Amino acid sequence: MKLKDLQEKLIQAARDNPPVDHVPYAFEKRISALVQDRPGSGCISQWVRGLWRGAMSSVAIALLCGIVAFILASTPKPASDDLSQNFENTLLASVDQGDSSP
Amino acid sequence: MERSEAELIAAVLAGDASSFEPLVARYSPRVFATARRYARRESEVEDIAQEVWLKAFDKLKTFRNEAPFEHWLMRMTVRTCYDFLRAHQRNRESSFSDFSEEQEDWIDRIMTAPDGDSDQAAAAKLLVDKVLEKLSPDARLIITLLEIEDRSVREIASLTGWSVPLVKVRAFRARGEMRKILARITKEKYL
Repeated sequence: MKLKDLQEKLIQAARDNPPVDHVPYAFEKRISALVQDRPGSGCISQWVRGLWRGAMSSVAIALLCGIVAFILASTPKPASDDLSQNFENTLLASVDQGDSSP
Repeated sequence: MERSEAELIAAVLAGDASSFEPLVARYSPRVFATARRYARRESEVEDIAQEVWLKAFDKLKTFRNEAPFEHWLMRMTVRTCYDFLRAHQRNRESSFSDFSEEQEDWIDRIMTAPDGDSDQAAAAKLLVDKVLEKLSPDARLIITLLEIEDRSVREIASLTGWSVPLVKVRAFRARGEMRKILARITKEKYL
């Protein structure tokens, strides 16, 4: 017997024997009980869940912003970037020279 | 008076969870029959069916009345069965040497008995279950839907969420995978 014939026979056997559709006793009662115990079956709980999700994402964004601000604050800036300091140095340059000369 | 499907769904969505029970009672036979194609143990079949119904309850608000509820539910059932196959993939990674003598005898019966013989049909049924267990989840799903349930490629694409070309490619590979398994069995038996 060729492999293809064997395959055909097996497929035919599976077609000829469809699975039974028997449902266990009181299965629908079990599902109903599970569904009613499940959180989030009412409108209020759905609203509360949405609120919690919103709160959680707000906290996550606040934390992220805090971390970014902390990193930026702790990074030392090069002196040349400080405009006010440069301005002050330029203004007082002649005074500084006067102080240093004997 | 028996409430219609649309009324039951609307009631569940409005918060009346008890209206879900008649839907479960009405469609469970189809869910169980489908689950039995992919799981052998009755406890596994029940787990699949339970998961399908809990998912259906959670996702009921996504159901649009454009297609019948049964189609929507069957899509969920097939996808849950596929997830089950993928989760139990490890169990099929065994060699053919785990075929018992009796099981090897099935091949003899299929090969030698005349067509239509009840002995041959029974042996073929037992062997096909064993071969299907050895297939990869993709291959098993495709062989079951395409060859055994005789569904169209388009229907399978809709049930699985795969594209039509992907279904065709996977069907081609699945047939090859099945032939390879049969070749290994027969070789081990006759060479």
